[in-house]
Amino acid sequence: MKDKQKNLLGFEKPLAELYEKLDELKKVSSAGEMDMSEEVKMMEKRIENMRRDLSVKLSPIQIVQIARHIQRPTTLDYVALLLTDFIELHGDRNFGDDPALVTGIAKLDGQSVIVMGHQKGKTTKENIARNFGMANPEGYRKALRIMRIAERYNKPIISFIDTPGAYPGIGAEERGQAEAIAKNLREMAELTVPFISIVTGEGGSGGALGIGMGNKVLMLEFSIYSVISPEGCASILFRNAARANEAAMAMKITAKDLLELGVIDEIIKEPVGGAHNNPEQAATYIKSAIIKNLKPLLALSHRELIADRYNKFRKMGIFEEQ
Amino acid sequence: MSIHNWFKRKKAQQETAYVRERLDIPGNLWVKCYKCNQAIFTKDLEDNLKVCPKCSYHFKLTAAERIIQITDPNSFKEINQKIVSKDFLNFTDSKSYAQRIEKSILKSNLYDAIVTGLAKISNLPVALGIMDFSFMGGSMGSVVGEKIARLIELALEKKAPVIIFSSSGGARMQEGIMSLMQMAKTSAALGRLRENSLPYISVMTDPTTGGTSASFAMLGDVNMAEPDALIGFAGPRVIEQTIRQKLPPGFQRSEYVQEHGMIDVVCDRRQLRENLSKFLRWFDER
Ligand SMILES: [Zn+2]
Repeated sequence: MKDKQKNLLGFEKPLAELYEKLDELKKVSSAGEMDMSEEVKMMEKRIENMRRDLSVKLSPIQIVQIARHIQRPTTLDYVALLLTDFIELHGDRNFGDDPALVTGIAKLDGQSVIVMGHQKGKTTKENIARNFGMANPEGYRKALRIMRIAERYNKPIISFIDTPGAYPGIGAEERGQAEAIAKNLREMAELTVPFISIVTGEGGSGGALGIGMGNKVLMLEFSIYSVISPEGCASILFRNAARANEAAMAMKITAKDLLELGVIDEIIKEPVGGAHNNPEQAATYIKSAIIKNLKPLLALSHRELIADRYNKFRKMGIFEEQ
Repeated sequence: MSIHNWFKRKKAQQETAYVRERLDIPGNLWVKCYKCNQAIFTKDLEDNLKVCPKCSYHFKLTAAERIIQITDPNSFKEINQKIVSKDFLNFTDSKSYAQRIEKSILKSNLYDAIVTGLAKISNLPVALGIMDFSFMGGSMGSVVGEKIARLIELALEKKAPVIIFSSSGGARMQEGIMSLMQMAKTSAALGRLRENSLPYISVMTDPTTGGTSASFAMLGDVNMAEPDALIGFAGPRVIEQTIRQKLPPGFQRSEYVQEHGMIDVVCDRRQLRENLSKFLRWFDER
């Protein structure tokens, strides 16, 4: 319980009190003085209800906080929970291996698949090792290399998106961050295999799109997807990073907004309060969404898959023609 | 307002004034070069393709100026001119996006940040796209993405090579995620061009960054750049803030980017037309 309290977000603070009461009840109960199991159950119900209430009226910036929650399940968590026979594949064969973007082979209900995703950490130490999920060019080039394997052996691709953005560093620039992402975009459009992308946390701009051109693009309920972080947008357009709140609202970055805009195909439900409250359940939801979306794609020819993807992205854009 | 914010705002205002000044040089007999600070006769500058005769600093060009410099006289036929951006998110910062669009159209005499069309260079047909920085910093929104995609599709139909001049700070934030999706759209279209073995020459001019560099601008069969142009993924300020150290001299400039393997030819504007012709002739030979 202590953990749960520690991980509460600012707007979830009302829950802290309830958790404390729950702790007390449990203590009394376990001391054997009185049977409190009814009360414990009731308190748990109250917590559940409050969580549900809280998650119904979440503002975009609150969703941003859940999307970035330090305990939010990562790509490797989901790989472990919903795939089997996973072997991680390392390296771009040119420069190095990027721990911020993991790739590998795995099975999904017996079906061989290629899986890839940005990898964040859950502690500061892990996050430093993973560069906070911000990939370098070699990460994107590794992803492309692995996509080519998928294509050669005719296996579907699943990508998990969770990154603040591609890494803005000297080395990243020198090794061609822009070129690496651009090339992935062009090549993903031409993949001859079914491709499903799922935004699981932060869909940070080009760094997200760099592995995100699926035939179907799905989003977890409390994930975000945007062209720039709310803070970045606020500091450039509002000249004040503290106005991230407004920027988050203005840019339309939640799963619901993106579904309305036609940029994503489906929202995957999350456990009450967010995936971190029940990663196993979140994984079940994701798994069934993948299976459901993969099925019709598996019936398409190579040519049809390419056409499907091209048309999907070709249609994107809102403008007026005079 | 904190001193820090005040300073940032002040700096931003200076920057926009700077950009505006160096884009149009209306009626003034003299111009001061932004690099060497020397006074140049406006006419001399224009005769020299807006390259400083003293230090070779390349002033920014409007799309119209570029067309005159690059294409055969009267050969440029604009396509899809009147596609106009829409404020579909009702996005408002200090002004609404709708107002920004309107103002930019009036100020720049353009419908959006790119002009596309069919033209001839040394009598060879090309599908040509030219971004114009004076329209909202050359940012890529739905219109830029759509015009590029249509240009490429037309090139496929006409079996013409594509040349795109970039000059863009990246994605247009006022269109949110839709501006990001233009990266996918333009790159996918270039994939088709490539599948059909039609050439694409990308010419990067100052600046080519963000979503523009991370999509169509970097995907040329041949990547060219004007000298000393800012070319990169992340902006230098963002990088400095992230890594908290000074950037190396020349970082993200054309020559530096070429040294790091991303650009084939850094080409002085005064040789650009001739070099493009050479490429087109090379590709054209069957
Ligand atoms: Zn000069």
